[in-house]
Amino acid sequence: MLKWLFNFFSSVKLAVVLLALGLVLVFWGTLAQVKLGLYQAQHEFFRSWFIYWQPKGTSLRLPIFPGGYLVGGLFLINLFVAHLRYYRKGWKHAGIVLIHLGVVLLLVGQFATDMLSVESYMTIQEGEASNYSESNGRWELAIVDTSDPGEDKVIAIPSTLLAHGRTLSNPEMPFDLRPVEFHANSLLATKATDGFEPVRAENTGELKVWWRGVPRVTEMNRRDVPSAIVELISPTGEKRDVFVSGHFGRPQTLSAGGRDYQLSLRPERYYKPYFLHLIDFRFDRYPGTEIPKNFSSRVRLERPGTGEDRELTIRMNEPLRYGGKTFFQASYDEATEQATVLQVVDNPGWLTPYFACALVALGMVWQFLIHLVGFATRRRKAAA
Amino acid sequence: MKPILKIFPWLCLALFGLEMVMVMKPKADGEMHVAAFGRLPALLNGRVQPLDSVARNSLLQIRSTGDLPLEMVPAWQFWRHGRKLRSSEWLLEVCFQPEIADTRHIFLMHHPDLISELKLDGKGTEKSGLHYYSFHELESKLDEIMTQAAAAGRLDSSVRTTYQQQLLKLANALNIYQRLKNSLKPESVTNFVQYLADYQAAMPAGIQALRAQTVATAEARQARERFLKLARTAEAAANQSYPRVVPPAHPQEDRDGWMFVGTSLLDSIRDQKIAPAVTFYARMASAYAQRDSAEFNRAVAGYKNWLGSDFAKEVSKGRAEFYFNRTKLFLHATIIYIAAFVLAGAALLTLGSWPTVSESFRRSAFYLIALAFLVHTTGLIFRMALEGRPPVTNLYSSAIFIGWGACVLGLLLERIYKVGLGSAMAGLSGFLTLLIAHNLALGGDTMEMMRAVLDTNFWLAAHVVVVTLGYAATFFAGMLAIAYVVLGVFTPILAARKDFLLGKALVKMVYAIVCFATLFSFSGTVLGGIWADQSWGRFWGWDPKENGALLIVIWNVLILHARWGGLVRERGLMNLAIFGNIITAWSWFGTNMLGIGLHSYGFMDAAFKWLMLFVYSQLGLIALGLLPLDWWRSFRVKPNPALKPASGLTPG
Repeated sequence: MLKWLFNFFSSVKLAVVLLALGLVLVFWGTLAQVKLGLYQAQHEFFRSWFIYWQPKGTSLRLPIFPGGYLVGGLFLINLFVAHLRYYRKGWKHAGIVLIHLGVVLLLVGQFATDMLSVESYMTIQEGEASNYSESNGRWELAIVDTSDPGEDKVIAIPSTLLAHGRTLSNPEMPFDLRPVEFHANSLLATKATDGFEPVRAENTGELKVWWRGVPRVTEMNRRDVPSAIVELISPTGEKRDVFVSGHFGRPQTLSAGGRDYQLSLRPERYYKPYFLHLIDFRFDRYPGTEIPKNFSSRVRLERPGTGEDRELTIRMNEPLRYGGKTFFQASYDEATEQATVLQVVDNPGWLTPYFACALVALGMVWQFLIHLVGFATRRRKAAA
Repeated sequence: MKPILKIFPWLCLALFGLEMVMVMKPKADGEMHVAAFGRLPALLNGRVQPLDSVARNSLLQIRSTGDLPLEMVPAWQFWRHGRKLRSSEWLLEVCFQPEIADTRHIFLMHHPDLISELKLDGKGTEKSGLHYYSFHELESKLDEIMTQAAAAGRLDSSVRTTYQQQLLKLANALNIYQRLKNSLKPESVTNFVQYLADYQAAMPAGIQALRAQTVATAEARQARERFLKLARTAEAAANQSYPRVVPPAHPQEDRDGWMFVGTSLLDSIRDQKIAPAVTFYARMASAYAQRDSAEFNRAVAGYKNWLGSDFAKEVSKGRAEFYFNRTKLFLHATIIYIAAFVLAGAALLTLGSWPTVSESFRRSAFYLIALAFLVHTTGLIFRMALEGRPPVTNLYSSAIFIGWGACVLGLLLERIYKVGLGSAMAGLSGFLTLLIAHNLALGGDTMEMMRAVLDTNFWLAAHVVVVTLGYAATFFAGMLAIAYVVLGVFTPILAARKDFLLGKALVKMVYAIVCFATLFSFSGTVLGGIWADQSWGRFWGWDPKENGALLIVIWNVLILHARWGGLVRERGLMNLAIFGNIITAWSWFGTNMLGIGLHSYGFMDAAFKWLMLFVYSQLGLIALGLLPLDWWRSFRVKPNPALKPASGLTPG
């Protein structure tokens, strides 16, 4: 049995079958992007163990095809076991080993990137500064205690917890919190509109609003905006419903137990120990056209406490690498052209593909040269 | 070998070589120096280009041809060159004698519904099912066309009908045409020199009257009105122009500040001086209208002189690109590729029966491929120098580069296996890819500026070059495999010579090229990942074009492992290689048709039909390759032990 397993997992046939599966998977996953959008297709096809099919009108989810993780995982096992079986000593075979080692590193590196990398965005207006970046898809309910004028105390609850509906309590929180209703993507209206329901909850400082849940977006350039009604339960047992929404530009303010709070549903924030000041954003076009030639942001990097304070430029293809993170020129404020949007990538494994590819390239060139020399020698002998 | 067989290859080379020398030799201008005019620089699409390019690319978008034929010569009489208006001559006519230009049949339409909707039946001229109409014939329908086109333009491109697409194309063509007419002089002005004199004369009093708070005298009012009337003409032209032909007044400070003729006239209100470029163009306009060649030539030469040292770079760019347009190197390379393919095919067919003749044909084909390669390479490098960019910047240039890569592989193979096969495949790939490129060029300017994301950096340049070579190699392996199947099934050639088994050799060739393709497609894909990581922080994003490149890598690796694992033998290898063509075609074109992703530089639905046709043809060839060996002419005559499919695992 063990022998059979060993032979099975080390066989070239398995490699060919896995490659064919990978081929179908990549092709299918590309086509699916038209309907699902890039992120959703990635999630369902490449960052998954299986591709599921849901027959119409049922809640069944049937696995019908291996997903990226399964194909990739089996491929890793296959590569590893095949080397145990076929490993040959000597320079002639060194190329093959290098190539396969590189491919293993590439797969492992991409898996690590999937698991560990965090992408977020930092928006800065000209003349202003920022010390945090925001997630593109993840939201949090922030409760900010503003009673102390010197310092704000922030508690952030990921929006996924709101979706679960369980009551949340924490000694740091001034009240318990029970999610009443949550929509991962929502629309608001300021007057009675078909399909919208009136919000039956406190909505401090804002107009009366109507809301409805909508399907999550699939297009790359749009994003979900959640809304929720949460019930706040004070230590004395008083209950009040509060409406929070990602559509609101400003936080809700409320008082509880003699203290002032700000409540907001906002993109998850990642704070940094330094500030980026935007001095100038530039959008250069080719003469006489609207074709973009270059985008660049002149920024000042300031790290309090260390005295670090310098100016630098982030432009297309020239990111800033600092503090383990990389800042890319990603977008800008289209209306004013006076605000920049930097993409902030934190990917501890970013160097692995470089090593992996160097290994594979080295191996391929090695193998190629051996064949070429062999071929030339044989031909010379044949000619002689 | 008979002397004639020895000389024949050199004769072929001399014939085509001479043709190329004639093509590339600088030519004298006609009585009116139209070529000198065509070399003058202008700014369009964000880049400085000669007026000839402006004319060519406009005409390509309007009529799908670079020049304007004046007589229709039937296609089969290929030796007859009908009279035609060269692109620059046409531009001169459009700008300076619009009343004649308006009667030329240039607007291409082929949708029958559109033709009958616009009540154009019986008008225009027709050639091979394509209908051409003049501006004159369309003028009364302009409003209708523009209204309908505006409605079609609001729809998403994926839901437009062919009728609507054609309508939009027509509206675009009309728009370009009308703007061209205002580009060198305001259309409504008949005597531009006189107009400029009036303008100059009316300016001081007119501007003074405009500046004055209250208009005191009737005389001042008159001066104001006279000037305003002239200025409105300039303004109308400024709003309706295409290329910017007036160079910046202060090139040292603002090299990009080119202006339209109309804008420049309005701008001259500031210092009351008309830009010299406008004056020169006015002289050309009047001289052209009066057919005064001497004065026209003086005006062109005078302007070139004036551009002199301040705009030396622009002038030389104009001259170089004009030369590039006129020599049409890729067209000539295509012709030589066809000739070489025919000769190489003849060499293959006579391989067994007539070896000495075959060798003569083979040598001829090889020389011609070498010549075509030289021409192709010259064109490629010329283009790179003009653009100052790596060889692949858009779909058009990728087609040219794939053909070039395939040609290199073909030449190498021919050096090793001297039977004509490498030349035949190089000729065929060169011809096909340049044909594809020609069709892609119908969209207009092929040297357009790169969007910021795609702006060159080292990794991007390396990525596109290497990955395109990977495409070329995969295609080439597929072409060889097709040759194996077609020659094997229909001819006895694969086993024609006892001392050299072409079938065996083909297997080695395909295997070697798949290895090569693996190396290049993998490196290219990875370089793309590195560029993506450098540019926006992710090595891999499952973008359709990235996935397309990955599919090619996976497929090549699959072929190699299937071969090593003994899952396929010779025919299996060939069929897998043919399927590689489908995958490469998908990555090259299919991914652009999805209309999503960063890389989709052109949504082309007409091309979708061709892609499907190609896919079916390849599937048909695979079916052919699956026929039992007894049906193959090369293998059924008498069983040759050496030809039995090898059972070994040994790679070649």
